[in-house]
This record gives sequence, C-alpha cells and structure tokens, in this order.
Amino acid sequence: MKTKTLPFDGTPDQEAELKKVIAELKDQPGALMPIMQKAQAIYGYLPIEVQRMIAEGTGIPIEKIYGVSTFYAQFNLQPKGKYRISVCLGTACYVKGGDKIWDALRKKLGIGEGECTSDRKFSLDSCRCIGACGMAPVMMINDDVYGRLTVDQLDSILDKYN
Amino acid sequence: MKTLEELTAVKEAALKQMASKMRILVCCGGCTSSGSLKVVAEFEKEIAAAGYTDRVEVVKTGCMGLCSQGPIVVVQPGNTFYSRITAENVHKIVIGHIVGGNPVKELLYPETIADPEKVLAMAETNFYKKQMCLALRNCGHISPLHIEEYIATGGYEALWRCLNEKKPEDVVQTLIDSGLRGRGGAGFPTGKKWLLAAQQKETPKYVICNADEGDPGAFMDRSVLEGDPHVILEAMTIAGYATGSHSGYIYVRAEYPIAVQRLEIAIEQAHKMGVLGKNIFETGFDFDIELRLGAGAFVCGEGSALMTSIEGNRGEPRQKPPRSAEKGLFQKPSLLNNVETYANIPQIILKGADWFKSIGTEGSTGTKVFAVGGKINNTGLVEVPMGTTLREVVYDICGGIPGDGKFKAAQTGGPSGGCIPADHLDVKMDFDSLKKIGSMMGSGGLIVMDQHTCMVDIAKFFLEFTVDESCGKCTPCRIGTRRMLDILNKITMGQATMDDLDRLEELCSHIQQNSLCGLGQSAPNPVVSTLKYFRDEYIAHIVDKRCPAGVCKKLVRYTIDKSKCKGCTLCARNCPAVAISGSIRQPHEIDQVKCLKCGACMANCKFGAISKG
Repeated sequence: MKTKTLPFDGTPDQEAELKKVIAELKDQPGALMPIMQKAQAIYGYLPIEVQRMIAEGTGIPIEKIYGVSTFYAQFNLQPKGKYRISVCLGTACYVKGGDKIWDALRKKLGIGEGECTSDRKFSLDSCRCIGACGMAPVMMINDDVYGRLTVDQLDSILDKYN
Repeated sequence: MKTLEELTAVKEAALKQMASKMRILVCCGGCTSSGSLKVVAEFEKEIAAAGYTDRVEVVKTGCMGLCSQGPIVVVQPGNTFYSRITAENVHKIVIGHIVGGNPVKELLYPETIADPEKVLAMAETNFYKKQMCLALRNCGHISPLHIEEYIATGGYEALWRCLNEKKPEDVVQTLIDSGLRGRGGAGFPTGKKWLLAAQQKETPKYVICNADEGDPGAFMDRSVLEGDPHVILEAMTIAGYATGSHSGYIYVRAEYPIAVQRLEIAIEQAHKMGVLGKNIFETGFDFDIELRLGAGAFVCGEGSALMTSIEGNRGEPRQKPPRSAEKGLFQKPSLLNNVETYANIPQIILKGADWFKSIGTEGSTGTKVFAVGGKINNTGLVEVPMGTTLREVVYDICGGIPGDGKFKAAQTGGPSGGCIPADHLDVKMDFDSLKKIGSMMGSGGLIVMDQHTCMVDIAKFFLEFTVDESCGKCTPCRIGTRRMLDILNKITMGQATMDDLDRLEELCSHIQQNSLCGLGQSAPNPVVSTLKYFRDEYIAHIVDKRCPAGVCKKLVRYTIDKSKCKGCTLCARNCPAVAISGSIRQPHEIDQVKCLKCGACMANCKFGAISKG
C-alpha cells in the first residue's frame, strides 16, 4: 500500500528541544530508545528527518535507528491525526454500504488509507470487523463508535470534532 | 535516616496518622477505566461540603483485585465494601455512612449483607477469604503515593536489617533456603540466580526488574507497580547489596503510564528519605535505580531481549550461554527478576525462610497471583498459596461460570502455556504439577473457557499473537509459527486434511526444539496442549467440517426451525445481508450462500427459532 507522506513541518523550537534532549542523554549507556521516545513526544511521530537528526546528534548510524524505530510497535513513522478514523470494511459493513462511507470520507478529507490531513486533525484507516455487525455500517473515531451510518450524516459527525 | 529507631518513628507516626481519620479507599488501579477517578473527585467534593475534611481521608489505592465489581470503594474502619460505585452514588455514602454512621446497604457488595444481623467486612467474602496475599499484601490498602504508608506496613525494615545486620551471603542464603522460584514464567530458583550473580568477579554489576508484562490477560505486575511501588525499590536495593551491585534498571512497558508515574514518584521519595541513592541508611552503601520504558514488543519480556533493548537495540534475544549472570546488560554480570518475585523478598527477609517455606508445596513455596478472566463470574486478581487446586480458584473464589456455561478448560501461562481440561480441575496449581499435565504456570494468566469456546480457535488466537510478536531473528520461530498459523486457518475454514494435522504436529516439535529463545520454544504449546486434550475437536473441523462450539464462522450454519418460527419478520429486517426470506406469518428461511454468519437473526429472534451449529 502506497501512502503519501505529509511534508515534514518541524519547527526550529522542536529542533532545539530535540537537541537539548540529545545533549542531555547521549552519554548515558543505552540512550537511543529514551531519545527516540522523547523525540516522538516532541514531534508526535518519528519521520526520517527526525531520525536523521538523532543520527547526527548521537553519532549512531541512521540504519540502526531505522531498525529500532521499525522494530517497536510504539514508534510511528507516519503522523496520526488528532482524531483517528477507522471505517469497518468487514463483510457485513461492506454489504450495508461501508464502501460508500469510506469513499465519501476520502473525498471529504482529501486523504487516502493511512494518511493524515494537512492540519493533522484527522487520519483515516480501514479496519476489519469490529464486532458491531448489527449496527452496520460502522466507523470509529478514536474510541467513539458510530453505527447505522449514512453518507449524509458524515458532515455533522465530523463537525463535532472541528 | 540512620537507625532502626528513626525508621520506627516514621512508621509509628504514619500509623497514628492513618488511624486518626476515617479512610475511604478508592481503587485507582484497573478501576480507573470504569470511572474511579470521578468517584474520588466526587468524594472529595462531598466531604468538603459536609465539613468533614479534617476527619476523613480519601485514598487512591492500587488494585483491590475484584475487577468485575469495579469501581470498588472501601470504608475504614470496618472495611465496608461497596461495589460498582459511580459518582452519583457518592452523596448517599457520604451522608448515610460517613456522616450518619450507617453503611448504605443497597450500594454494598451484595454478599456482605447476606446476613441481616451484620455487614461482613471485605476480607470475609468468598472472593477474599480463601486468598493469601503476600505479593499483593499492600495493594488496595495503602496509598502508593506516600512512602510513609509503605513504611507503616513495615516497609524498608528488611533493607535496614540487611545493611546493618546481615552479610550479603546471608541474604542470598536466606533466599536459597526459602525455595522462592521466579514468578515471571520459568520458575528458576531465585536464590540460585542471586548466588550466581554474587559470585561474579567482574564489575559493574546490574540489578534489573522485568516489568514488561506482556501476556494478554495478565496484569498482576501492573497491580504491584501501581499499588505498592516501594516494595520493588526495596527488594532491588536488597538485591544490589546481596550481589554487589550499585545500579538498577526497571524495564517497564510504556502501556502502563500510571505505573511509570507512581514509580517515578516513589523513586523521588525514596531518595529524599535516604533509603535509595548514595549512602543508604548512612551505611556507605550506594544503590540507584533508573526507569526504562519499553516500546511495545512482547519479546522484550524475554531476559536477554530485554537487556538488548535497554542497550538501545532492536529487542532481539541472544544465544545462551553465556548466561546473563555472567554477561548480561552491557556484557556485564546482571541479575534479572520479575516484579512479583521481587514483591515477595522483603517479607522473606523479615519473617525468615522457614515461614515462607511453610506456605505452598514442597517444590513451589509461597503464593502465586493469578489474573483470572474469560468465562468467569469474578474476573480479577487472585493470590493463593501454591498448590491450591484449579477448582478452588474457579468455583470457591471466582464464583464459577456465568449463565448456563459449563467449565470446559482453562488456559494458563498465556501464549506460552497450555490448557487444562475439566478432567484436571483438581490439579494443584504449582510449577511442577502444571508442567506434568502439559501446561505451565507462566506469569499467572488464567483464562477460563466454557462450551462456547472453540479450542482450535483459541489455539489460533494465541498463535496469531506469537506470529505478530516474533522478533524475526531465528527461522523456526519466524517462519515456523507462520506456517502453523496457515494450517490452523485451513482447519478453521474447513479446508484441511488429516495430513495437515500431522504436519502441524511435526512443526510443533521442530519449533520447540530449534528456536533461539523461550518465546519461540514455547510458541507451539497452546497447539500441543489443545491437541492433547481436544483432538476430537480438530478432527471434527477437518473430517466433519463442523465446529462443535459454533465459533468458526466458515463452519457455522444458522437455521430456522420452521415449527417455532412465527413469521414475525424481525430476523429478516435485521439481516445485514438480506439473506432471510419469507412472508409475514409464514416460516422464514436463511439463504446459506448469502449468510454472513453475523448472528444478528439469532440475537433478535423472540421465539428461539434460530439455532447455530
């Protein structure tokens, strides 16, 4: 699956903060993971640009940093929106029009699978059955479940998060 | 702080302080997810409104164990036990009980008011009275945010006695004599581990606490970390003294933010009190502890992978030997113990090896905490002496199986463990007895299953977990578990042959024998043990293309009993796939080709006319 990556938009303040973290931690043994965890807290995710900054600051090769960032489930290489939307495309939802909800959301938000809007507000994923077939079609926004959806309800639901 | 008298003075002041007020204990462990923080805020507000702030204290405690009844509130004195309390109930308790002095009966845990003459205390209820809490002894009873409350229960006295009255080798000998075995999974004798670490000449040495609790369904370590964090600091410092180490790490999973926060507070308070850091109890002994956060990798619960991860690498296990006692963290001698193991140690020091040995069985001394979940009435944490039978845990303590459920099997040890069928309900829960029947203690997860659970499906569930979490370093685990999952998928879809079953068994033994670490070696266990006890279910899937428990969707058929169907059309209206046809007041029919097996029809039928099989 090909995903379009949002351009990296780190600020000089974030960079200064990261440099401070690196300077503070880099001489302690096994500092890489704590640095990466703090970097993710600063930027919200760990794009390759941030990994490169960590490599430069610590002298640890970028390929090792990339290896670590892809090993652990908690490191995100793609940004996630403040509100994470997952649309169920399991069989029951699909039959009841989950695909129409999916298409409408992609059009409304202007993003595809795994992507995030440029204001970082919404990210979109499809998911397998979430066990709410009786309420099909279903989507989740963070931990809230919305069921028996129709396309015309979407605007008012999204407005709640705007 | 230097002398025992000074420590005792802190203890007595804290005890006096605790006894001077009425205490409202609110579980802020797992109960936070059912809204206990709102309950705390409401109590504080209501107590202020009643003008009782100076005589009542609201205490946020760690887990009280009976998670299915959360949020739990206990009022002291009396240990009156309120269950499923919401913010709306608080006013009544404050007015009725705190101000009025009469427990609010309709909000009490029902069992405590079975006798109209008197209200039972929490410890007298069935769930608690057969338990024996050593590792969890403070959880739910003290505030984890105040070191003084830990000291009030005798905390840090064991450390004082070690530093002032015992030689390091005496401490190790006490642990050897106690028979304590590691609670993290393998059950290796703890004293022997400490001895190996103490014998190493190379320095520095490290003391590590494995708090990367990853088994789905196990949460006893979280409970200790959140409810009694100082016991871990004290035990690790004792370990440092006994093995000649001055530096400790707690590797805790990032998914436990409350535990991390409470450990940070505890470390800070211990420094201030002079029981951690430089010159502990002014004896000249230094020991400090650093927290390291995991980042979501199950394999990091394996000792060598955990150390690789602390070093800042992908968490891949190492070849053994050398053992980590010789070359562990940063290639230096290291001692690694699990949270629950550490939680037992200060009491063993204070009360002696003979006391500890008198609990449990000969080969498995002390107690074990089980996280009981699945098809069971009282979901939660249960701590019992080793050797307690599975039947006692399931029926006497946890209240049996809900609804019409019948005990079918229990899975112990999570994805590395095995299942125990009904024939073995009287098995003693200790390391050796469980191993003998093909299961294992593991970290103490205990999932109860009834006749509606498909054993092939459950084996598949655990294997999916292992496939996701295999680190990829060695081939048997990386590729082998994936192939096993392929076969299990075929079986649950009704596409397998008996040859596949042979291949599955062959893979099990290869993976067990050839994987690098414990995760891989134990990955086939759920399949091996379900095959041992429920082979007929596998065969039903393969030969008869039938799932006896009615779980595997591809093999399930929903059918309408024509004699019971009244033709109310409710099922047809609720079918997401438009697979049900029939006219009003005429028996309906399900089109098996269109049917998605979602079960909406059966759930909606008011006449019990739809069956699944």
